[in-house]
Amino acid sequence: MNNLAPGSPAIEFRNVSYSVAPDTRAAGKNFPIISDITFSVHAGETLVLLGRSGSGKTTILKLINRLLIPGGGDVLVQGRRTTDSNPIQLRRGIGYVIQEAGLFPHFTVAENVALVPTLDNWPAAKISARVDELLHLVGLDPAEFAGRYPRQLSGGQRQRVGVARALAADPAIMLMDEPFGALDPVTRAELQREFSALAHRLKKTIVFVTHDIREALLLASRIVLLEAGKMVADAAPRDFLHLPHPEVRAFTSSISFEIPGAHS
Amino acid sequence: MNFWPYFLQHRAEILSATLAHMLLVVISMSIAIAIAVPLGMLSVHNRVLRSASLTIANIFQTIPSLALFGFLIPIPFIGGIGKRTAIVALVLYALLPILRNTFVGLTGIDHAIIESAEAMGMTKLQILFRVRLPLALSVILAGIRTATVITIGIATIAAAIGAGGLGTFIFRGVALVNDSLLLAGAIPAAFLALSADFLLSLLERRLRVN
Repeated sequence: MNNLAPGSPAIEFRNVSYSVAPDTRAAGKNFPIISDITFSVHAGETLVLLGRSGSGKTTILKLINRLLIPGGGDVLVQGRRTTDSNPIQLRRGIGYVIQEAGLFPHFTVAENVALVPTLDNWPAAKISARVDELLHLVGLDPAEFAGRYPRQLSGGQRQRVGVARALAADPAIMLMDEPFGALDPVTRAELQREFSALAHRLKKTIVFVTHDIREALLLASRIVLLEAGKMVADAAPRDFLHLPHPEVRAFTSSISFEIPGAHS
Repeated sequence: MNFWPYFLQHRAEILSATLAHMLLVVISMSIAIAIAVPLGMLSVHNRVLRSASLTIANIFQTIPSLALFGFLIPIPFIGGIGKRTAIVALVLYALLPILRNTFVGLTGIDHAIIESAEAMGMTKLQILFRVRLPLALSVILAGIRTATVITIGIATIAAAIGAGGLGTFIFRGVALVNDSLLLAGAIPAAFLALSADFLLSLLERRLRVN
């Protein structure tokens, strides 16, 4: 899948908009979720979509793997419009991790991780080798965890399994929707550090959604800030902090006003 | 009134009526499950089918059972006197609880699970069979349990159209104002309903995921 020249965009948004009808009975007016979004994500980059709740971050993510179809403009994944691709094939080539992991409660850890390889009919031996490899990669001992069910795991462990499952078929692109949002602060920091190291090592193209500016600064090679469905900033983390836009200031001030020692 | 001597004296007859009753219920429930579960599965992605099938099943549920048996008698092929007509009526009654629970079970699954299944590139059919159905099993079984208990009860009325079973004793007991006869039908029927309810609840608990 990674056959594009380095530097060419893995994902491209061209003037993309998306809106929903607020109520099917109220005819006519559609409520815009995002409007005129244009940016590209280069191969191997970790792009963080930052914004408040309802700013359209998740919508952008879902437009990439065609869970949603753009109302206007084009979304290109590896040079191809998502509307021209087979959605099933497109999604199998894109890893997806969400808050609370979305693991299947009736599947063991191993079966959850093996999901996409199983759907793609890999031979059994190759699947089980891959599962072991992935569990090691996310820091879970296969001997201990492979046979467990999601309910027998802690939140952090579930999220690790979620990452392993998304990596299973070695997708070039990973989409992550506040994957660490539901974790306690200590576990979250642990996973963020490990994930950041993993992302560098695996050279995946990652689009990461969060409302936590600290997480954005830690993980991003680039930050796109959204406000009410519009892009208001697109900058590397070190430049981001100095942008004058009021929404940027609102986010940066949310960390700079903390009193050391007073934060639990 | 002396129930026990009567019961012991007629135990062979009561046993065979109980078995006939069970057969009636098992056949009716098998047919109802074979109709309602696939119908519920098809309704997941078909809004028209969903409301149509639920409405029709609902209507059957509202018809008094004795009346439904009566209505069916003059209908060709499925009607007439005897077991076949009784089975048709029992199937119609059992449909609603199974259909409703199948649909609720299949659609009431945590949205995050369905969304990640879609995002992993599972087709609708794969999601239906590998995700929705296994997670809905205990809810579907709860519907089957409700339907079974209802069917065991209503099947006693089927004796009115000559379908046999434990209702035979009850109708005879009512006609002759004989409590022993009445109880010889009612007690085994109640026992059947309670045991079916208990056994199916065990199975239901085993199938529950979480």
